[in-house]
Amino acid sequence: MTTANRTLRRKQREPLSDASLLTLIAIGIFVVMYAAAVIFMGGAFQKVQQFLDLFNENAALIIIACALTVVMIGGGINISVGGIIGLTCMACAKFLEYSAPANSTLAVLLTVALALGVGLAFGLFEGFMVSYLEIQPFIVTLAGMFLARGLTTILSVNPVKVTHEGFQALVKTKLQIPWLGYTAKNGNLIPAKLEIGAIIAVAVVAAVWLMLRYTRLGRGIYALGGNRQSALMLGINVKSVCFRGYVISGLLAGLAGLVFLMHKPAANASIAMRSEMDAIAASIIGGTLLTGGVGNVIGTLFGVMILAAIQKIIGLSPLNESWWQDMASGAMLGIFILLQSVILNRRGKGGTKDMQADRG
Amino acid sequence: MQNDVVLTMRGISKLFPGTKALNNVDFTLRRGEIHALMGENGAGKSTLIKVLTGVYEKDSGSIHIEGIDGEAAIHSPQDAQNAGISTVYQEITLCPNLTVAENMFIGRTEDAVVHWKAYEKKAAAILDSLGIPARPKQELSSCSLAVQQMVAIGRAVDMNCKVLILDEPTSSLDEKEVAMLFRLMRDLKSRGVGIIFVTHFLEQVYEVSDRITVLRNGELVGEYPVAELPQVELVARMMGKSLNDLGDLKKADKSFSAGTENVYEAKGLSSVVRKPFDFRIRKGEVNGFTGLLGSGRSESVRAIFGADRVTGGQVRMNGKEVRITGPHEAMKNGIGYLPEDRKRDGIIAELSVRENIILALQVMRGFFKPMKRSEMEKFADEYIRELNIKTASQNTPVGSLSGGNQQKVILARWLLTHPDYLILDEPTRGIDVGTKLEIQRLVLKLAEENMSVTFISSEIEEMLRTCSRLIVMRDGNTVGELTGDELTQAHVMETIAGGEAQHG
Repeated sequence: MTTANRTLRRKQREPLSDASLLTLIAIGIFVVMYAAAVIFMGGAFQKVQQFLDLFNENAALIIIACALTVVMIGGGINISVGGIIGLTCMACAKFLEYSAPANSTLAVLLTVALALGVGLAFGLFEGFMVSYLEIQPFIVTLAGMFLARGLTTILSVNPVKVTHEGFQALVKTKLQIPWLGYTAKNGNLIPAKLEIGAIIAVAVVAAVWLMLRYTRLGRGIYALGGNRQSALMLGINVKSVCFRGYVISGLLAGLAGLVFLMHKPAANASIAMRSEMDAIAASIIGGTLLTGGVGNVIGTLFGVMILAAIQKIIGLSPLNESWWQDMASGAMLGIFILLQSVILNRRGKGGTKDMQADRG
Repeated sequence: MQNDVVLTMRGISKLFPGTKALNNVDFTLRRGEIHALMGENGAGKSTLIKVLTGVYEKDSGSIHIEGIDGEAAIHSPQDAQNAGISTVYQEITLCPNLTVAENMFIGRTEDAVVHWKAYEKKAAAILDSLGIPARPKQELSSCSLAVQQMVAIGRAVDMNCKVLILDEPTSSLDEKEVAMLFRLMRDLKSRGVGIIFVTHFLEQVYEVSDRITVLRNGELVGEYPVAELPQVELVARMMGKSLNDLGDLKKADKSFSAGTENVYEAKGLSSVVRKPFDFRIRKGEVNGFTGLLGSGRSESVRAIFGADRVTGGQVRMNGKEVRITGPHEAMKNGIGYLPEDRKRDGIIAELSVRENIILALQVMRGFFKPMKRSEMEKFADEYIRELNIKTASQNTPVGSLSGGNQQKVILARWLLTHPDYLILDEPTRGIDVGTKLEIQRLVLKLAEENMSVTFISSEIEEMLRTCSRLIVMRDGNTVGELTGDELTQAHVMETIAGGEAQHG
């Protein structure tokens, strides 16, 4: 039995799991879509900057989509992340305009602390309600969303523009990549630019990926979403795991608010409206199941990329109206979910043959 | 001798509001033995197990575990695990979306970081040494139920358990898988693990156990070496009554005569999961589909009821041609169906006993013609009495009833619609011997009242006692039809195996 079996076992490659299959599909769709845009629409799409702008313009969305993925894998939902972005932006903007110290470094550090503090507060509050008081996450985070939006309006009904020099300097700091740039008509080399926010977003994706894959907390989140009762019986502190999942999502939402402000240094009451829905859509397109237990942030990143690419493609096409963007995104989400269920169904039939035989 | 004992429970009592679930029960488990814990539903088996695993707190008594000085303090499942008591439940308590290796090690360390390589290596060693046919990196959901259960056992063994509790482990396994599980149990036994085996299958107890402890109504009846307690005696001890009941039934079942009129007749009926087949049943006849698990028994009756999508065939009810494409039409035509998996397809746990009983009748009458409350209560009372359903009141949620009584509630639901033809798919699975007999007796009584019944059970003996015609199936095909004198266990086995001989 032993040695022969063991070598056999080592050689055998595991079939693709459902999660990786769904992620691969998302990546494939993005590549095909973007390649088609490059070939058929040309122009801006042929510049690398256009691709980097997907990150620059959607850094905050990438971050809250990661937050949603964490919560959704654990079998929950968080629809307050958009509201938290709004509140964080407004709070930071007002702080920078009215009470920040002149010292640039200190002002920026305090702003970061404020943004993370707002997110953390919401995460702690929502996590406590969901995990320890066992209230439906949808209701808790709906309340969180209303609360955040309400607070945003209380802070200021009028738009607030950030003029603080220290923060402006931060906004203008961009990573220049000359070799990805292009030569303008007058002969000047224009380097490709990546914003700090985009770098933060990519770092968040990497960090959350590592957290989900290699930490006790991350695996606990998967177990929780797979089967809560089983997770409990396996000795996992499900309440604590669930709580920490919401805290992470709150913190990330606060960070996303800061990144949002760094991309567009102005805040108003309706900022990042509906972005939680985009984040949910991106997670699902990336292969996260609403029922929990399955998903990963690489897929989510590509989910955001797909939505962003749709927006760009339609923006540069004759159909440049917002409803076309909505309809295309909606159609993409619909098609994708259909695709997922077809694939999972077909695999299910092959994979669980033994279990079907149980039906005498 | 005393050194061999790994677990001693003395004078365990547990009170629930209104009932004494356990009354002064003793239980002793020795090293390297498989000890069957037997009793009907409500005898106190589950309560005893739950006290041992820390789910319930005992009211009095003491628990001693080898290697732990003084009384073992078990107040939570975690305590039990730390004391070396592991439990594998009928419903898999692992996470389907994680890998086999991860399921074996998750929740066991305080390390913040997961060491995948180490997990997989250790898991491979355990799987190898126990002969469990799974790969460490495999997703658990891609394993069969039996293998999932074995993985759970592997996890327990690796946690150095001294006492392994297997609670109804074989309920959803087929024969091959049961054999695999038994091999693993014997292996563990030889390594000195004490195993508590809870099951409803008498044959399995005799196949694998060394000792039997019988409980009845929360009290200890006795502890016996298997060799000293014949099966008939065991049933008698469990039920606390003489065996005349069993005898009565045997006589009764051969005595009814089948009419000649076909109530239901199908030619070339097929569904998405069932190849075309012919089938008929006469008025007042009890027949059955038999065969190994997976042979297509359930698929056949599901096709008759229209529960799977019907793809072809002619159907006549009472001589008239009808089209049955879904459960609704089947019900309208007088067919009732009690599904195999009552949790999934049958009961609605949150609704009351009354609401569950009324359900099918309400559907047949149409939802826009509501029934009067008094009428519903009358029906519910009538059937609770008739079928001897043990429930506090008709308002009790069905979910809180025992398995056998839930089954009776579904039975009542169908009887209330007065079907011409009733299909019972595994109505006796996972319920106690007493209720099994009651259901068998009821089937025969219904047949006497001219109802036609198709009865499916995994226990051939049960079918032989009730059915006058058996359709034998193998790999989705009908391989034989037995009546009269052919209805013996040996003959059925031969017919099932006969098909096998031809193939191989």
